[in-house]
Amino acid sequence: MLKQSEKEMMVSHSIDSMGESVKLDSLSQQSSSLKMTIRNLNFYYGKNQVLFDISLDVKENKVTALIGPSGCGKSTFLRTLNRMNDTIPDTRMEGKIKLDGVDIYKKVKNASMLRTRVGMIFQKSNPFPKSIFDNVAYGLRVNGVNKKHIVAEAVEETLKRAYLWEEVKDKLNKSAYTLSGGQQQRLCIARALVVQPEVVLMDEPASALDPTSTIKIEDLIGELKKNYTIVIVTHNMQQAARISDTTAFFYEGKLIEVGKTKKIFTKPDKKKTEDYITGRFG
Amino acid sequence: MRDTIDKLTTPHSDIVNTVVNPKSTGKIPKGLTLLSVLIIAGMLALILSNVIYHGLGAISWDFLTLPPQNGMEGGGIFPAIFGTAALVILMTIAVVPIGVLTAIYLQEYTRPTSLVTRVIRMAINNLAGVPSIVFGLFGLGFFVGFIGHGIDKIFYSGTRPVWGQPAIIWAALTMALLTLPVVIVSTEEALKAIPREIKEASYALGATKLQTIMKIIVPQALPGILTGAILAVNRGAGEVAPIMFTGAAYYLPYLPTKLNDQFMEMGYHIYVMATQSPNIEATKPILYGTVLVLLTLTLLLNFVAIYIRSNIRRRRIHA
Repeated sequence: MLKQSEKEMMVSHSIDSMGESVKLDSLSQQSSSLKMTIRNLNFYYGKNQVLFDISLDVKENKVTALIGPSGCGKSTFLRTLNRMNDTIPDTRMEGKIKLDGVDIYKKVKNASMLRTRVGMIFQKSNPFPKSIFDNVAYGLRVNGVNKKHIVAEAVEETLKRAYLWEEVKDKLNKSAYTLSGGQQQRLCIARALVVQPEVVLMDEPASALDPTSTIKIEDLIGELKKNYTIVIVTHNMQQAARISDTTAFFYEGKLIEVGKTKKIFTKPDKKKTEDYITGRFG
Repeated sequence: MRDTIDKLTTPHSDIVNTVVNPKSTGKIPKGLTLLSVLIIAGMLALILSNVIYHGLGAISWDFLTLPPQNGMEGGGIFPAIFGTAALVILMTIAVVPIGVLTAIYLQEYTRPTSLVTRVIRMAINNLAGVPSIVFGLFGLGFFVGFIGHGIDKIFYSGTRPVWGQPAIIWAALTMALLTLPVVIVSTEEALKAIPREIKEASYALGATKLQTIMKIIVPQALPGILTGAILAVNRGAGEVAPIMFTGAAYYLPYLPTKLNDQFMEMGYHIYVMATQSPNIEATKPILYGTVLVLLTLTLLLNFVAIYIRSNIRRRRIHA
């Protein structure tokens, strides 16, 4: 409890000190604390600016959905949150992104350290060409956990948490490629969870899956938010409405509107948001 | 005007029928391509059958295990087989690490469009185009003359050269230089084929670049790296020009046991017997036999490579 309030103090302090001009209505609405704060984010591929002055808060243990038409920058935005764009040459970023009040670009020296705290699930399931066990164990091993029984325990526990254990417990040494698409994606989720991240970024995690697998993933997300903060990019508006607490609407690299999911989907403030939600474009 | 268009578009018009008969268009290209294939296959069959026909008689246990005798008109080719193997092994030890590291640098650490990368890549392509005799002369000048002689000057005071003479190590390094582009290019191809998503998955788990290279990228690229190594070995086993001045000997009564020994080599042995022998009829069977052994070894090596590669692939998919 003390820890919680400390965090809140730290966060509120950090926001005060930023002196941002935009008053975010989400700030006044919510009671839970902020996990990540993004302020005045600009992003460039070479000379081409793809994100414009984006400020957004990510609340702890909530699901934040990013919606918008293709090419609106929501995936790029997501990838700035764990510095994944660092791996792409010729990119540049301006602005501040803080995790628990700490600037992840200036104060966190090592992007790989950050990524153990901010995990990521990709659009296409991308298991390593290794066994199911080794896929999950990979995150532990690269972070220096090598003791056999600890790894085995963590792998089992994480697979259970991703509701995959029952399906794979008898073939942990089989290649991950022997799993179905939906199982592969849940394996990727387990793989990301094993390093115990605090924030999980998901880039359209169910877009390549059939409806049954999609429901499984969505149920999993609902379960995960008890312990993790989730930011999810989705094309599927019903999905955003079903699983998220906060929704942010991106359009042409700008954050048009952000608010409680219920409000965005019933009474959006902006005309553009309404047009997109009601399917007039996109 | 309309008439012409009609003529051109109607299948039964004279123009269409006389210029191209649509029914026959498939046959000419097929025939031409088939002809090329037959020419190639025929040549190969001719060479192989000729070598086997003349060479098989020479092959015996003694031929494979004895040194040449009677001024190369009898005996076997064991020193040449041994020397070829030693040369190829030393060359592989030199070329694979350098080639693989270069490819990793080019693929993972530089931008493909940057000036440095383009210059390096151009240099590699040019290296691949340099005639092998030039490598031989370079090896003589650089490895034997500059490095070998330099070592002698610094560490040895005697008048007799220790390292500053043709030796198997210099021949192997010259050969490594020659085969470097093969290893780099095939490793690069293998690295390029690794999906970006897999690398990103590794980064997203907190793996550093080095960890990602060691645990994900190199294991994935292993079949390609192996292919490169085998191609290099194949190339190296058959080249004569680079080793003529840098280490290969006409005839040696002993086997090379030190890095600065000279050595006999099969390709060079063939060259020597074909050009230097006073009695052509007597050396002919030995010549054919040596060619057959060299070809067999090369083919064997290819099969081993294919086997290893497919084995790795299978293990990856059905692990």
